[in-house]
Amino acid sequence: MPDLIAKPALGHAPLTLAGTTLTEEPQARITAIAPFPGQTDAVARALGMAFPAPGQVVESGGRSLVWAGRDIAFLIGDAPTVALAASVTDQSDAWVTLALRGPQAVAALARLVSLDLRRVQAGQCFRTGLNHMPLVLIVEDADRFRLMTFRSMAQTAWHEVQDALEKVAARAALTA
Amino acid sequence: MRIDSKGRIDRSRPLTFVFDGTSYAGFKGDTLASALMANNVRVVGRSFKYHRPRGILTAGSEEPNALVEVLGPSNQTPNTRATMQELFEGLVARSQNRWPSLGLDLLEVNDLAAPFLSAGFYYKTFMWPRRLWEGLYEPLIRRAAGLGRLSGKHDEGTYEKAWAHCDLLVIGAGPAGLMAALTAARAGVDVILCDESSEPGGRLLSDEGAIDGLPAADWVAGVLAEMASLPNLRLMTRTTVTGAYDDGTFGALERVGLHRRPRPNLPRECFWRIVAKRSILAAGALERAIAFENNDRPGVMMASALSTYLNRYGVVPGKRIALFANTDSARNTARSLMAAGVEVAAIIDPREDAAEEPGTTVHRGAVVARARGRMGLREITIRKGASETRLSVDCLGVSGGWNPTLHLTCHMNGRPRWSADLAAFVPNDGAIPGMLVAGAANGSFSTHGCLAAGAEAARASLAALGMAAPMAALPQAEDAPYAIAPLWQVPTKKRAWLDFANDVTTKDVALSAQEGFTSVEHMKRYTTQGMAPDQGKNSNVAALAVLADATGRGIPETGTTTFRPPFAPVSIAAMGAGGRGAGFAPQRFLTSDRASRDRHAPMIEAGLWYRPSYFPKPGETTWRESCDREVMMVRSSVGVTDVSTLGKIDIQGPDAGRFLDFVYTNTFSTLPVGRVRYGLMLREDGHVLDDGTCARLGETHWLMTTTTAAAGLVMRHLDFVHQAFCADWQVRFTSVTEGWAQFAVAGPRARDLITSALGRAPGLPFMGCSDVTVQGIAGRLFRISFSGEEGYEIAVPTRYGEALFRDLIARAETMGGGPYGMEALNVLRIEKGFITHAEIHGRTTACDIGMEKMVSAKKDCIGKAAAARPGMTGPEREQLVGLKPLTDSPITAGAHLFAQGAELTRENSAGYVTSVGYSPLLKSHLALAFLKNGRARHGETIRLVDRLRDIDVLCSVTGPVFHDPEGEKLRA
Repeated sequence: MPDLIAKPALGHAPLTLAGTTLTEEPQARITAIAPFPGQTDAVARALGMAFPAPGQVVESGGRSLVWAGRDIAFLIGDAPTVALAASVTDQSDAWVTLALRGPQAVAALARLVSLDLRRVQAGQCFRTGLNHMPLVLIVEDADRFRLMTFRSMAQTAWHEVQDALEKVAARAALTA
Repeated sequence: MRIDSKGRIDRSRPLTFVFDGTSYAGFKGDTLASALMANNVRVVGRSFKYHRPRGILTAGSEEPNALVEVLGPSNQTPNTRATMQELFEGLVARSQNRWPSLGLDLLEVNDLAAPFLSAGFYYKTFMWPRRLWEGLYEPLIRRAAGLGRLSGKHDEGTYEKAWAHCDLLVIGAGPAGLMAALTAARAGVDVILCDESSEPGGRLLSDEGAIDGLPAADWVAGVLAEMASLPNLRLMTRTTVTGAYDDGTFGALERVGLHRRPRPNLPRECFWRIVAKRSILAAGALERAIAFENNDRPGVMMASALSTYLNRYGVVPGKRIALFANTDSARNTARSLMAAGVEVAAIIDPREDAAEEPGTTVHRGAVVARARGRMGLREITIRKGASETRLSVDCLGVSGGWNPTLHLTCHMNGRPRWSADLAAFVPNDGAIPGMLVAGAANGSFSTHGCLAAGAEAARASLAALGMAAPMAALPQAEDAPYAIAPLWQVPTKKRAWLDFANDVTTKDVALSAQEGFTSVEHMKRYTTQGMAPDQGKNSNVAALAVLADATGRGIPETGTTTFRPPFAPVSIAAMGAGGRGAGFAPQRFLTSDRASRDRHAPMIEAGLWYRPSYFPKPGETTWRESCDREVMMVRSSVGVTDVSTLGKIDIQGPDAGRFLDFVYTNTFSTLPVGRVRYGLMLREDGHVLDDGTCARLGETHWLMTTTTAAAGLVMRHLDFVHQAFCADWQVRFTSVTEGWAQFAVAGPRARDLITSALGRAPGLPFMGCSDVTVQGIAGRLFRISFSGEEGYEIAVPTRYGEALFRDLIARAETMGGGPYGMEALNVLRIEKGFITHAEIHGRTTACDIGMEKMVSAKKDCIGKAAAARPGMTGPEREQLVGLKPLTDSPITAGAHLFAQGAELTRENSAGYVTSVGYSPLLKSHLALAFLKNGRARHGETIRLVDRLRDIDVLCSVTGPVFHDPEGEKLRA
C-alpha cells in the first residue's frame, strides 16, 4: 500500500516585490510545551533551555523555544526526548510559516500588524494579529521576519501579505 | 486670472482637466480650485438648501462651497473639496446638487421660497396629512436637498490601512510645526510630521513674510532640506490627522493617489493609525467670515485665501478687489495684491482707529452691508453710520478674525476656553494626554510667536521623553500684536449666511433662539448649523456669537458644540480598506477543499470555514437530488465527509480528569483509556454551552471535540475556568484543531472501508478509540457517529489530509459509496435527532433538550447550581420534540407552533422550529422543534405557521429521534 503524500499548506513559489521576498517556509517540527502550573523551571531544566519570557526566543543547539502565549512556548526543531512536567503537543501541522525578508518588510508589516517594529532585533517574538488572523511573529533581524499563522488560513495570510507588499512597492515606484 | 511671476505652480508642466464637460488648462501644482479660478470659473457649486450659486470661499480643507464629484475609472467620489483636489492630467470633475446644470438650476426656486424654508421648516410644514410624509414629502425633500451622489456601484479602488509609531507626532507643518519637528528631530527622537497640504509650510507659503531676512518660503526650503537628512524624521504630506484617541493613538488620512492618474496597486488613500508617545498640535488657525446680506455671492471669499491663491498658485479671482476685515492680517493680503498689480478698490475696516493703507482707501468704522451679483459679485454696499455708498468690485476678501484650529483637543471631551483678547476659543492645557498645542492653534498668531512656541513645545516634549534639548537660536520673524474688534454680523432684515455648506443664516439662529432652542447644542440641531461636511469650521464661532447675541448671554456662557472626530471627512473605503467582499474575514480552507471543488461541490461558509454543501453527480439538477442520494448512500453503503472543522482541544495533566468532571455535566474521570464519551457543557448561567465527545488517549491525556461554531468559545471557557477557579490544578489545554485532518466514515459498510484503508480490521467497539497507522502515517481512529449508522472518524496530520480524503473517497466509490456534504450531514443528524447549535442556541437548558439525566448528581460542575434554579426545568418550558407534517408539504425552520384553533398571536406561540430537512428514508419532511411541555405531547397535532414564507401546516408531534431510536445500527 503506498504511503500518503504530504502536501504543503500552499505550495507557492517565492514572491519578490520592491526587493522584499515572501516565502512559504518548509514545514518544521513544532512542539507546543505548556508547563503545568509551577513547573516552568523544572521543564526548562529538563529541556536544557531557559523557558522564554514573554516576547522572547531562546536558541540552543539548533532549536529555538519561542514564547507563544501565557505559559506556553513552541519548540521549533527536534521534539523533546525527555518527559516533561508539561502538556506537550505536536503542532507541526497546525501552523503555516511564511518569511518576509527585505528592506520593505517592516513597511509591509505596518499594513498588517499593529506593533511598533522600529527597533526590533533577533531574539524577539510577538503573539499578535495579522489583520484578523492569529500571528506568531518571529524577528530574525531588523528587516527579516517569520510569520506563523493557522494553516487553514494560509491562503488569506499569503494574499494579505502580498497585497501589502504590492501597495508598498507601488508607493516605492513613485519615488524611485 | 493668472498673475505672471507669482505662485509655486510649475508653469513648465501644463495640464488639461475637465469640469462639467468643458476642458480647461492648468499647471502642475494647481488645485482644482486654483485652476478653475485661473480659468475665470466663478460658480463652482450650488448651495444645499436654496440652490444658490456658490463660488470658492477658502483655500483649504474647510471649504464649504466648492464641493464637486470627481470621476475616475473605478470611482465617482462626491463632496470632494476642490481646494484639496490637486490637478493632474485628465482629471474629470463635475459640479453637484444642481439640475439640469450649474448655470441653470431649476431647484433655485427654493431660493424664492426661502420665507417658507427657514430653520425647522420641515418639522412644521410637512406634518399634515401625516400619511404623505413617507410617500411624498420625505422623497421630495431628499431629492431636493443633499450634496453629491454616489455611483451606486461598489468602490473597487485600492485603499490601504496602516500603522505608524513615533516618539513625537507633530500635527501641521506651518512655522510652529516645522520648528517643533526640527527641534525634536535634531535631538534624535523619532518624529512624524503630518501636514494636510501637498507642500509643508502652512501660511509661510501663503503670506509673503520674511524669516531671518529671507523670504519665508526660502526658510521653509532650508528646513525641509535639513529634515531630509534626518533619518529619524518622517514627513507625511497630504496627511490630515483626523482624530485623537486613547493612549496617544491618532487617526490620519493620507491622499496617496488622489492627485495623480490611477496606477495599479497604488492606494487612493491610506488610513493611518499613528501611535505617538507625545504629540504637538500645530494645526494653525482658520479665518472666519462676517455675516452680511448676501455674503454668499460668488466672489466673496476669505481674505487669507486670496493671499494663498496669489502666492501659492499665482491666481486672483477678480480684477478689482475690496477687503472687509476687522484685523490687520488682511492688510498683508492687500499689499500682496497691490504689489502684484491687482487693484484693491477699498479696505472696509470696522475699527475706528484703523490705520491708513498706502495705495488704497480705508473706510474706517465702516462695514459691508450687502453684496450684489447672483452669478458673481458685481457690487458691494459700504455702510458707515447712516450713510451707504456702493462700490463696484468683482471680488471681496473678508476676515472676521481667526479661530485656532483646536478641534483635536476636544476629541477626548476637552472643552476650549474663550479668550476675550483674541475674540476666539483657545484650547485648554492637557485636553489630550501627552499633547501640547503650539502656535496659531494656541492663539499665538505672529510668525515669531509660532516659531518660538514650536521650539518650546518640542523642548517640553523632549523633556517628557527624558531628553534634554539645547536652546537653539530662533530665526527672526515679525511679531506684530493681534488687534481685533469683534464683528460677527452686519444687521440686516434679509438673509446673511453663517453656514454656507448647510445654508444657515443669522435669521435661522435668531429664530432658533426665539422658538426656545437657546442651548447651542439645540440650535445646532434645529438649524443644522455645523452639520455639513465642513462640520462648522467656517461658521461655528460666528453662529454661537449670533446666538449669544440673540439670547442676551455672553459667548463663554453660550459655549461651543462638541468637536468630534473626524476633523475632516474620511472615506469609509479608506477606513475599511481591504475589507470589501472576501476581504471581510479570513477564509479557512479544509485539506479536502481542492478535491471537493474538483467534484464541483458548492461551498458554504461555516464560520470562517468553507465546507462542501453537496457533491452533484451528472444528471442531478437540484441540490435536493444530490442531498437525497447522499443520505441514502450513507444509510445503505458508506459515505465520507470532512469533519476537520470541529474544534479539537488536547488536554493533558494529572488533574485533567478532575478538570473535565468540572466542566462537563457528566463524569469523565472514570472513562477507561481508549474510550470516548459524549459530554455536555453548561455555561455558568446553567444554559447549554456546547456538546461533543471527549476521548481518553492515555492516563493523563484527553482529546476534547467541540462543535465547529463553538471551538473558540469552548477554548476560552476552559481557560476562564482554569484561571478563575482552579489555577493550581496540574492541567493544560492546547488547541490542535489545525493539526489534524479528520474524516467521518459512516454507513453499513464503514467498517469495510476502514479495513481497506488501514489494511486491517479496526477492531474498535462503539465509542472506542486508538492510535492507528494509516498507510505509513501515524493517525487516530475513533468509533463515533453523527449519522446514526456505524461510524468512524479517522485523523491524520493535516499535511496528509488531502491524500487521505482522496484515498477514502476512491475506496468508498468501489463500495457504492462516496463523499457527502453538509446538506446530507444535516438530514442524517435530523433523522437521528442529534442536536447542533441550531438547538443549543444559548437559551436552552439540559432539560429542554432532554439531557437532564446527563447532569451528574454525584458531583458539581460549572452551571449545575444555576441550572437548578426555578424556571430552568419543567413543563412550562419549551422542550425538544420531532415534528412530521400530516401532509406532504415543506416546513421551515423559524416557523412558530400553535395549538389548533388558537389565534395566531405572539402570546399563543407554543414553540418554534429549529431544524428541518427532507428525509428520503422516511419520505417526509422532518423537523426538530421546541414545544411547551413537548415531551408530554408526543402524538398530538400542532399547527406550524411561518408567516414570512406563507406556510401553514399541521404536524404531528413525535420524539426527536426518527431513525433507529434504539441505536442498534451504531453499536452493530
